[in-house]
Amino acid sequence: MASAPATTPSGPAVADEAQASSLRHRLPVEIYVLGFTVLVWVGLGVFSRYFLTAGNISNMMRQVSIDAIVAFGELFPIILAGIDLSVGSVAALTGILFAMMLAAHLPVLLALPLTVALGLLIGLINGLAIDRLGIPAFIVTLAGLQGFRGLTYLVSGGMTVAGMPSSLDLVARTSIAGIPTMFVLMAVIGLVSHFILRYTRLGRYCYAIGSNAESARRVGINVTQVTLVCYCIAALFAAFAGMLLVSRLTMGNPNAGVGAELQAIAAAVVGGASLFGGRGTILGCFIGSVLFTTIGNGANLLGVSSFWQMVIEGLLIALVVYVDNIQKKRQAGVR
Amino acid sequence: MALLEMSGIFKSFGPVEVLRGVDLALEAGEVLALVGDNGAGKSTAIKHVAGVYRADAGEIRLEGKKVEFDSPRHARTLGIETVYQDLALADALSVGANIFLGREPTRKFLGIPVVDNAKIRSETEALLKRLSSRIPPKAATVAGLSGGQRQAVAIARALYWKAKVVVLDEPTAALAVMEREHVIELSRRLAAEGVGVIYIGHNLIEILEVADRVAVMYRGQVVHVVKAEETNQQELIKYMTGFTEAEAKAA
Ligand SMILES: Nc1ncnc2c1ncn2[C@@H]1O[C@H](COP(=O)(O)OP(=O)(O)OP(=O)(O)O)[C@@H](O)[C@H]1O
Ligand SMILES: [Mg+2]
Repeated sequence: MASAPATTPSGPAVADEAQASSLRHRLPVEIYVLGFTVLVWVGLGVFSRYFLTAGNISNMMRQVSIDAIVAFGELFPIILAGIDLSVGSVAALTGILFAMMLAAHLPVLLALPLTVALGLLIGLINGLAIDRLGIPAFIVTLAGLQGFRGLTYLVSGGMTVAGMPSSLDLVARTSIAGIPTMFVLMAVIGLVSHFILRYTRLGRYCYAIGSNAESARRVGINVTQVTLVCYCIAALFAAFAGMLLVSRLTMGNPNAGVGAELQAIAAAVVGGASLFGGRGTILGCFIGSVLFTTIGNGANLLGVSSFWQMVIEGLLIALVVYVDNIQKKRQAGVR
Repeated sequence: MALLEMSGIFKSFGPVEVLRGVDLALEAGEVLALVGDNGAGKSTAIKHVAGVYRADAGEIRLEGKKVEFDSPRHARTLGIETVYQDLALADALSVGANIFLGREPTRKFLGIPVVDNAKIRSETEALLKRLSSRIPPKAATVAGLSGGQRQAVAIARALYWKAKVVVLDEPTAALAVMEREHVIELSRRLAAEGVGVIYIGHNLIEILEVADRVAVMYRGQVVHVVKAEETNQQELIKYMTGFTEAEAKAA
C-alpha cells in the first residue's frame, strides 16, 4: 500500500498540502499540449517554407473550425462520463440533407432551421435511448454511427450532391477583419459552450453527474434533463459542422465526417477531458483540435504518409493520457 | 412532540420482509444512535426518511405532521439531509460547489442566470470557519480531500441548509482514529445547533461517546431504546443479538 500523508489530519499542514495540490491542479495538461503544439509550429515553420504563409494559416483556420465545433459538442457527453460515437455520421446525414434541400432550390433560411431541427431530434433520440432505456451510451451511439451513415448513403444513393446556390460559399470564403468567417463562427460557438459549462447551473450539473451520477440524483438534480441536453448539443454541433462542410466543399458529400468522432474524442482527451467523466474544458478541446489539425497539415506539407500520421496521432493520445494519469495520482496523494 | 417519528414501518423486497414494524422517535437537538447487526435493517429504515423508499405500511411524522416523501429531493426540501458513506460528494467540484450543489445561488449576467461563485466562495469560507473545520475552502476539487474531510463537507452542507434532521449512515466506517473524533465532534455540533441527528454505527465505544440515546434494531424492528449514559456495551450487544424485553423481565 502506498502511504498517503495528505490524509493524516494535522491542523494547518493538511490545509497546506491540499492548497499545494490545488496549485498543481491549476497547471493542467492543456498547458503542456499547448506548449507542444507551439513547438510543432516552430518545427514546421523551419522545415517547410509554406507552413507559415498567410494562405496556409487561413486554410488551417478553416479546417480547425469544423473539427473544433464537433469536438466542442462531443465534450458535453464526455463530461457526463458518456460518449457520442455518432457525431461524424450525424454531420454527414445532416450535411447531405442540407445539400439536397438546397439543390431542390429551398431557400437557405428554410433549409438551415430544418437541418438544425433534425440535429436536435437525433440528439433527443440518442439521449432518450441512453437515459430512459438505460442502454450504454457507447452502444446507442455506435448504432448511430452505423445507422446514420447508412441513411446518408440511402438518401444520396452514395453520390455527391452538387448544384449549391452561389451564395453558400460566402461562409467558407469570406473573412471578418482578416479572420475566416468559419473561424469566427467556431469561436462564437466555443464561447457560448464555455459559458454554459463554466457559469451556468447546467454546466455545473454536467460535471456533477460525470463525477457521481447517483449523488447528483440524490441532491435533486434532474439527471434525465441534463443528459438529453448534452446529447442534443453534441448532435446539434455535428449538424453545424455538416452544414459548414457543405459550404466549404460547395457540395454534399456522403463520405463527409468519416472518423470525425474519433478525432473529436481525441481532441477532447488531449485537451484534458477524462473519459471517466467530470473533467474537460472547451479551451482544452480547442487546443487539442489545433494540435491534430497542425499535425495533419504538417504531415501533408512534408509529404509524410497519412498512415504515419495516424500512428503519430495514436502515440500522442497515449502519451497525453499517460502524463495526465501521473498528474492525477500525484494530486490524489498516491506516490 | 417528537421532531421525527416513524411508526409501524413495514417493508418487503419481494418475499423478504426486511422491516417488520419499525417504531422510532427522534427529538430535536439530540444524537440518536441506531445500532444493530449486519442486515438488521438500519439502512433500509433510514432510507424511508431519506425519501429513497416508500413504506408498505406505517407512517412518518415530521413535527407532528404526517409526511409522504415521493423523492429524495422532497425529503431534502422538508429539511431531512442524508449523508451516505460512499456517495456523498462530486469529486470534480470544489468544496463550495458541493455544499451548494443543486441549490446554487444565481445572479443575472446579460439577463441569463449564472452561478454566483463569489457568493458561494464567501459563504463557504464563513461556514467552514464557523465549524472550525480543517477543510481548505479553496481546494480546487474535493478529490484530494481525506475521508474525514469529505464527511465534514457533507455535514457542513446539512448545517448550511438548516436541516432539521441529519441522517449519518456509518459516517466513520472508513476513517482513521483522529478523523473519527472530528466527525463525532461535528455530529455533536449539529445537535448543539438544534438539529436531530440519526447516527448509524457499529463501533459501540464510538456510539456511547457520540449519542444521547441509542436505539437497537434486531431483524427489522427496534427492540430497545435507552439513554447512552444508562447503558453499556454488554447490554447493547445482548439486544443486538436477540435478547428480548420479555427475557429481561423474566430474569
Ligand atoms: N433493495 C433490496 N432488495 C432486497 N433485499 C434488500 C434490499 N436492501 C436491503 N435488503 C436486505 O435487507 C436486509 C437489511 O439490509 P440493511 O442494509 O438495511 O441492513 P443494515 O442494518 O444497514 O446492515 P449493515 O450494518 O450491514 O449496513 C439485508 O438482509 C439486505 O440483504
Ligand atoms: Mg447499512
